[in-house]
Amino acid sequence: MKLNLLIFIFIFFSKFSFAKENIIDPNLIHKNLRCLVCQGQSISDSNSDFAQTIKLVVKDLIDEGKTEEEIYSFMSDKYGDWIVFKPQFNIQNSLLWVLPYIFLIFGGFFIFSFLKKRQ
Amino acid sequence: MQKIIKITILFIFLFVIGIFYVSLTRDTNYNTSNLINKDVPEFQITSFDESNFFTRDDIKKNNYTLINFWASWCAPCKIEHPILMKLSQKKNLMILGINFKDKELQAKTFLSELGNPYDLLAKDKNGKQSVKFGIYGIPESILVNKELIIIQKFVGPLSVNDYNNIIKIIESL
Amino acid sequence: MLSNLGNILLFLNVILSLSIIYTANRNLKISGGVDKNIFQLSLIQSTSIIICFFVLIAAFIVSDFSLITVYQNSHSLKPLFYKIAGTWGNHEGSLLLWAIILSIFSFLFLVYNKNHPKKFRLLTLIIQNILILGFLFFILFNSNPFSKISPIPSEGLGLNPILQDPALAIHPPLLYVGFVGASIYFSAAIASLISNYSEKSFSLSIKNWVLISWCFQTLGILVGSIWAYYELGWGGFWFWDPVENASLLPWFAMTALFHSLIVFEKRNLFYFWVIILCLITFILSVTGTFLVRSGILNSVHTFASDPTRGIYILIFLSLMIFGSIFLLFQKYKKENYDLNRNSKETFILINNWFMMFYLITVLLGTIYPIFTDALTDNKISVGPPFYNAIIFPVVIVFLLFMALGPKAKWIKNKFENIRTYILILTGAIVLNLAIIFFFKSYSLLSNFIIISALFLIISSLMDTAKALKKNKFDFARIISHTSFGFLVLFIGLNDIFSLEKDYNIKLGETKKFDNYSIQLQNLDLKNYKNYQAVIGKLEIKNINSNQTNILNPEIRIYNKPKTLTYEAAIKTSLIKDYYLTMSNIDRSDYYNIKFQKKPLMVWIWISVIMIVVGGSIRLFGNAKNN
Repeated sequence: MKLNLLIFIFIFFSKFSFAKENIIDPNLIHKNLRCLVCQGQSISDSNSDFAQTIKLVVKDLIDEGKTEEEIYSFMSDKYGDWIVFKPQFNIQNSLLWVLPYIFLIFGGFFIFSFLKKRQ
Repeated sequence: MQKIIKITILFIFLFVIGIFYVSLTRDTNYNTSNLINKDVPEFQITSFDESNFFTRDDIKKNNYTLINFWASWCAPCKIEHPILMKLSQKKNLMILGINFKDKELQAKTFLSELGNPYDLLAKDKNGKQSVKFGIYGIPESILVNKELIIIQKFVGPLSVNDYNNIIKIIESL
Repeated sequence: MLSNLGNILLFLNVILSLSIIYTANRNLKISGGVDKNIFQLSLIQSTSIIICFFVLIAAFIVSDFSLITVYQNSHSLKPLFYKIAGTWGNHEGSLLLWAIILSIFSFLFLVYNKNHPKKFRLLTLIIQNILILGFLFFILFNSNPFSKISPIPSEGLGLNPILQDPALAIHPPLLYVGFVGASIYFSAAIASLISNYSEKSFSLSIKNWVLISWCFQTLGILVGSIWAYYELGWGGFWFWDPVENASLLPWFAMTALFHSLIVFEKRNLFYFWVIILCLITFILSVTGTFLVRSGILNSVHTFASDPTRGIYILIFLSLMIFGSIFLLFQKYKKENYDLNRNSKETFILINNWFMMFYLITVLLGTIYPIFTDALTDNKISVGPPFYNAIIFPVVIVFLLFMALGPKAKWIKNKFENIRTYILILTGAIVLNLAIIFFFKSYSLLSNFIIISALFLIISSLMDTAKALKKNKFDFARIISHTSFGFLVLFIGLNDIFSLEKDYNIKLGETKKFDNYSIQLQNLDLKNYKNYQAVIGKLEIKNINSNQTNILNPEIRIYNKPKTLTYEAAIKTSLIKDYYLTMSNIDRSDYYNIKFQKKPLMVWIWISVIMIVVGGSIRLFGNAKNN
């Protein structure tokens, strides 16, 4: 039971500990954008004309001082949610982000309740 | 309790299978043509002869504007060109052409051979301006109204159907 | 002629399957052993489907373009090896491979399980043959590799150079032995439920099959990743692409399954875990096939799509799922676990818990876009950022459990020497700090992952040392678990220390960044038999060590069919790989160069191989004991 709580707190805490880099690595952003005219490749992996244009635009946005999130927002505003590989945190995607951890926690409770009975 | 669990499990699987079935007939190709009813973004595009800039103000003047992205190296652009020529005769519609990642000489030749339907002609040499409009391929066209709202997006060459739709919209006043 | 022969053999197989089902069913009701005829029918079935497959291979070898499949997927100029490999590199041909594995496993299971109840064996055979029938009908009525085309084309279409690769050739057979092989324990599970064969001897009947399929599944995934790395030119080996996920999902279930089998065999617990996991594995296999071949997903790997295929597989899948559910509803009995919190059984239960978590995450991520599209007409993408964010933190804890679990005793465990663990943890932390000190620092989460991986590795190694003294050790488990720890460690280090630079350059120019200076020295145009190549000569100079390397990426222009491919230049060493791709920019004399430094790649592959070695040792150990 305590273990469960610990795991949950740890995971919850870890969500906020992804290092906030000062200089944005353009490659990171390229990897998270989808090439719209390719079959599932990212902008980083694609050699298409579209990918190259987007790379230029991303560079401009970084130079303007936009944050990573702002750049993704910009792209999904222009091209729709499909262009970003990280699903947005909105109501539509809430189940996606939340269900795995809900399972983890409930699964844990479930198991430990089984075990507790026999203590 | 047992019954509820069983019914839930059954329901979940039925739901999943149902969604799979429905999805079989859907198109997996992504298309931005339903990204409409948004504002036209702020932009500043160089005119083709590099003498001045075009901005949103140039669009505000007209009831309807068709922004058409094209290039001389694009084969489908040749195919849709006659439709653009027909549309250029409509008084209610202004056509802004944006020459995309092209060479000046080739573009001029293209227009002199096939006709110039553009009331305003601009160029986007590196393609960056087009990204503001959400363009990802050539040709693409965007129909905008006086309030600077994007009414329709046409991904790919304009078809006869598209032509009819445009006519219906611009003559509906 | 080949077409007719193939079709005859397919029909023969249908009749054989029906006969097997009929005879087995009759034999169920009679007393005595399993009827010899059933063995013979089963053997003939396996033989005839193999011959059928050879007929298709023959058609590919002689380039018999009267068969649509050969026409679409082969070419007379293709090298012989790839003509043969082309047989199973397409939808229709690969289904024959499915049928073969289903049949062979069916026969072998019957033969190798003589010590198990007759009813159980016959029921397994019947269920398996129902599956075989399902696939045969699919092949015959929807995806027949022997369908003809008229008029007969003079040449084939299938000369895609990307698909002519040795790794890609063995990738499908490896995977199929994996997740198609899972069919046999799916059938066995159903048979076990129906015949109420829930004694722990049941585990002996399927144990080795689970191990075999797991080993091959792991190898199949490995080969696919190696191919992606060397051939596709993006420098990565895993993209969380839907098709990749489809192969990973059964793997999670298989892993949970054979761990549960350990408990079931030893303590006669977790019977329903075992059953459900047996069912889930093959259900996931068919689900994966459905997702990949029906065309509802957009991915780098998609086969050409055809909705009728999708409907057929969906019906098959639904029958499997609902059949399993109804049977389970009938037969499910709540088990009294009678477990202590601190016991090996609990640790294995925890493993199942984590495996199901990974499974649900990957499954959810893969099918969620389908749901949002169907329900809200809004297409979203779920890619690496999602999977990494969700799974990464959990792996940290998982590795710790992996280290502790195997040391726990059955029934009631007490961890002696907590001090030792604290020492190991300290050692791991110190090593991690050393890495930071000598190289560079990284994110908090990466720190945890490195420490956890090191904890697992060190404690497994200490385990080995201790057990060697006592002269009894579980070689298989230690190798696999340690290698898994190494795998996570190497993937983590690779991710942290990878360098990637993407830029445009003209001939003769030099680009400097970080410790490197790269010059595009030369461009060469060479003509080969079926393609032209623009070969770049790039000199990579490490400014610190003054070491230089020459890399030669290529842009290949094929003429039949007209394709452009980018061949990465890869310089592999034990410490790191240099990875470079070059592409031309349309209407410009600039070239786009993507340079990557990827540390420890070779060790990632080696770790996975060692994981399989561990599994194989267990397998051979089991076989010897029998």
